[in-house]
Amino acid sequence: MKQQIIVSGIGGQGVLFLTRVIAQVAVNTGIPVLTSETHGMAQRGGTVLSTIKVGNFASPLVRTGQADLGLLLWEANLPVHQSLLKADGKLLLNAENTGEGIRIDAAKIARDLGNAVLLNLVLLGLAVQKQVLFCGIEDCETAIKQLAPARFVEQNLAAFHKGLDSNK
Amino acid sequence: MKNQIELLMGNEAIGQGLIEAGCQVAAAYPGTPSTEILQAVIDRQEQAVEPLHIEWSVNEKIAFEVALAASYTGKRSVAVMKQVGLNVAADPFMRTAYIGIKGGMLTIVADDPGPHSSQNEQDTRLFCLQARVPVLDPSSPAEAKAMIQPAFELSEKYETNIVLRPTTRICHSRQNVSLEKPIELKRQADFEPNPTRWAATPAFLPQLHRNLNRHLEEIALEPAWQPRLLSGNESQPRTAFIASGIAYSNLVDLLEELGLDHTIDLYQVLMPYPLNPDFCKLMQKKYDRVLILEETYPVIELQLAHPGAVGKQTGGVPREGELTPDVIHQALADFLQLAPPAEKPAARRGQRPSLCPGCSHRTAFYTIKKCFPKGIFPSDIGCYTLGMNLGAVHTVHCMGACISQGAGFYQAYQQDDGQFPTIVVTIGDSTFFHAGIPALINAVIQQTRMIVVILDNATAAMTGGQPVPHMGVAAGNKPTKAIAIEPLVKASGVEFLETCNPYDHERFEALLKQADSYIRSPEGGVAVLIARHGCIMDPATRKAQKSFTVTIQDNCIGCEKCTSAFECPALSMDRTRNIAVVDQDRCIGCGTCIPVCPVAAIIKEEKS
Repeated sequence: MKQQIIVSGIGGQGVLFLTRVIAQVAVNTGIPVLTSETHGMAQRGGTVLSTIKVGNFASPLVRTGQADLGLLLWEANLPVHQSLLKADGKLLLNAENTGEGIRIDAAKIARDLGNAVLLNLVLLGLAVQKQVLFCGIEDCETAIKQLAPARFVEQNLAAFHKGLDSNK
Repeated sequence: MKNQIELLMGNEAIGQGLIEAGCQVAAAYPGTPSTEILQAVIDRQEQAVEPLHIEWSVNEKIAFEVALAASYTGKRSVAVMKQVGLNVAADPFMRTAYIGIKGGMLTIVADDPGPHSSQNEQDTRLFCLQARVPVLDPSSPAEAKAMIQPAFELSEKYETNIVLRPTTRICHSRQNVSLEKPIELKRQADFEPNPTRWAATPAFLPQLHRNLNRHLEEIALEPAWQPRLLSGNESQPRTAFIASGIAYSNLVDLLEELGLDHTIDLYQVLMPYPLNPDFCKLMQKKYDRVLILEETYPVIELQLAHPGAVGKQTGGVPREGELTPDVIHQALADFLQLAPPAEKPAARRGQRPSLCPGCSHRTAFYTIKKCFPKGIFPSDIGCYTLGMNLGAVHTVHCMGACISQGAGFYQAYQQDDGQFPTIVVTIGDSTFFHAGIPALINAVIQQTRMIVVILDNATAAMTGGQPVPHMGVAAGNKPTKAIAIEPLVKASGVEFLETCNPYDHERFEALLKQADSYIRSPEGGVAVLIARHGCIMDPATRKAQKSFTVTIQDNCIGCEKCTSAFECPALSMDRTRNIAVVDQDRCIGCGTCIPVCPVAAIIKEEKS
């Protein structure tokens, strides 16, 4: 099993947390994983990109046209990071408008749950529902429980399930 | 029993490795991409089986010297910094090469090819070549961790400081990493005075220099640190790849994707300096053409001096920036005459970073720019570099430079006709402690007339909130003595000192004007304003301040002052209606944008 994933957003949106959840699932399933993340200055509201390579890889970086899946938390990043996707790569976006890829107004769903930052897990839920990720529902739930601060676990799981049940 | 596997960031893996290897003194100054290394040591210190002193030092030179003396007692120690931090620590670092150490000492210097979060992309491996210090170049988080224990052993065998040089892509990658039990070394501090070594005068240095050169020759031959060969299948005879660090990993994946894995001999260099001369000879004998992939400068290439080399010196590999998989693909295609990679769409820039909504630096910069539209604004390293977006940052150089640069601007202007523009220097609290104090003393004794604004947000914000000396907390939230900024400023000879919360636009503006009158008065000199407001990323700050619902009414005239001159990322222009709108997801309800609006269209209401 090999999968290359990109997670794109802006600083403060929870790109890092989503990246960690996906990578943690790999670790829990015993699959080698590498991620690369954006830290530092760009985290102050600038464009950030994480790459995740699940399976037997040496480097965490994704080459142009090699990503199997793109999870975009910030629609405006589409022209910036789309070139990383394979021609037949799957694209999931948090977006209010219609357009390319599988779209969901994850920010609105998250806001209704009490915090816009939960949109990252709404999108994860949607990815699992669409079976475009290497893992399943329970895998993600376990990783979320492991990584979320105790008092936010329920809220995080709720966001994940909103994504799972959406767009049906 | 199977070892526990954990998903670790490269920096966490390194921190874990330090604890496992019995490191007892760890000192660092924060700086991207190195910061999480010491943080991981702090977070994991419970695992240490022996006493462990951890400190956020005031700067990198100090961190290095603390770790150095600890090593003199026979204990294992580490100093951690980013690449430009090594410039600050260069003085003790260079001499340590000659004098050596006792207990194992590592200097971990994180480089930032790109650069992503630095003022340059200097290569610590080249610095080590100049300093004559062995340097290790890990290609993954797991490998970085695995190098630490043997690096301490190497350090102790030759009584020499060893540098571990991860890059951003190692530091900020995560990987499944296997954990080990920390070793117990049972060492008691035992410093043996030896003035001919620890206090060596020039008379002793030629011998120490000879020892250093002999050690380097021996280290170059150390079996554990030789280049590792992944053999090819002779389909491309007399051709080889040499790579180190993340460039090696990128190449491995690329070769597999292109179906070229195990076709050409591939050497991974673990220790780029000193490179084994026998390896260099072998490469010359065995191969006609060698592609060399390394970040950022041609350190291996220089030492290899191979007539058939293709690398940064020959121009076959780009000299600037990261060796990303795409960049390597192009270099590889050229080298092997493969089909060129598909044309990439022109790179599009993403969203630029900006000061957080509610950041008090924004109000400070806005007011400074408003008071002195023709001023000169030297600034410094930190979040507040982003004051550039507000037109209130004209220079950014290196830690602490802004105060001396301000003084330099003043001297150059005033010598013409005695006239000078208002110079407003902005420096963060952590930067002030790091390198600002000597510069302030110098500015005062050179009778500089300028305004220094210390942006005091009570933390080292850019790197994620490390403690600063005036807050009375040390690494791991341990209480310690607080060293206030005000007495330091006064003791530096500053006679105009005021403190203000920059959220209060009016008062801050009044103080800036007072300061300007002071510096232009007969008795004037350096005026210091402390702009004090907690970092908005600190939950305690958010909790302590009132949050309102901020909205923009229809009388907005679309002047864009709040979105461009004030540049709050929670505000944007609705182009169809030509009015500003508030992004409620990002707005923290501070209301600092309200005085900015010329028509009072921004209003705040108590949250329901």
